[in-house]
Amino acid sequence: MWYYDKKLQYPIKITNSNPKLAKYIITQYGGPDGEIGASLRYLSQRFAMPTPEAKAILNDIGTEELAHMEMVGTIVRQLIQDVPPRKLEELGLGSYYTEHGCGVYPENASGVPFSASAFQSKGDPIADLYEDLAAEQKAKATYDYLLQLCDDPDVIDPLRFLREREVVHFNRFSEALQIVKDRMGTKKLY
Amino acid sequence: MNNANSMHEDQESMLKELMMLDFKLLDLQLYLDTHPDDMNSISAYNNLLVKAEALRKAYQEKYGPLTVNYPVSDTWKWINNPWPWNKMEV
Ligand SMILES: [Fe+2]
Repeated sequence: MWYYDKKLQYPIKITNSNPKLAKYIITQYGGPDGEIGASLRYLSQRFAMPTPEAKAILNDIGTEELAHMEMVGTIVRQLIQDVPPRKLEELGLGSYYTEHGCGVYPENASGVPFSASAFQSKGDPIADLYEDLAAEQKAKATYDYLLQLCDDPDVIDPLRFLREREVVHFNRFSEALQIVKDRMGTKKLY
Repeated sequence: MNNANSMHEDQESMLKELMMLDFKLLDLQLYLDTHPDDMNSISAYNNLLVKAEALRKAYQEKYGPLTVNYPVSDTWKWINNPWPWNKMEV
């Protein structure tokens, strides 16, 4: 189970709105390589993990991704809140406004809603951990692209933080993968 | 009262300090998940935990609960603004 801690993992304070950027960043909320998908992937896969280290790392990274989902939602909300509807329409968010107002909805940058079909939970620890490495690399690449499209330091700062976390997660998953492979070799699982 | 989404400068800097400590703890936690016998990380974890717990206690006494399992005094302060996603007016 979980407890809520009433704070963000990393500070976010965005002064200027920027709906166009919000429309891109929202993919890290509900897109195929976004934080909701990451969290659901790891929290689902953990049930079939064979070693204590792998169970723990999927559980704990899956939990951290929930905090990242909250951060991305916060960025999106602060970038679009208080923007007049006509202005949103001018910037290409007319459809978004029609469906969601200035709320936050899990979809990708093209408006496709979140789908669990972007990830697997195969029940095979090696297959799942390889997918997790790729997932972290893809999330990092998305943050790289977003950073190239962004020139507001208020947004760059938390995006850089999130990008760094993907690198750390990649490293932890590599270690977990090695541990699982070694132990499967010696058949000393669980 | 906290009707607006405002957070005093002192409160904000105290919260940022706690965010930093909690983040370092989480980062060590993940490291320890795959290096459970690393004694240096274990002692770093324990030292940071003492600091973070003290700061969390001081923050909550001054500004209200961060987690809901916190003694209730006169009013249910849990609902008070700002919530973490609120744009803060400084
Ligand atoms: Fe991640």
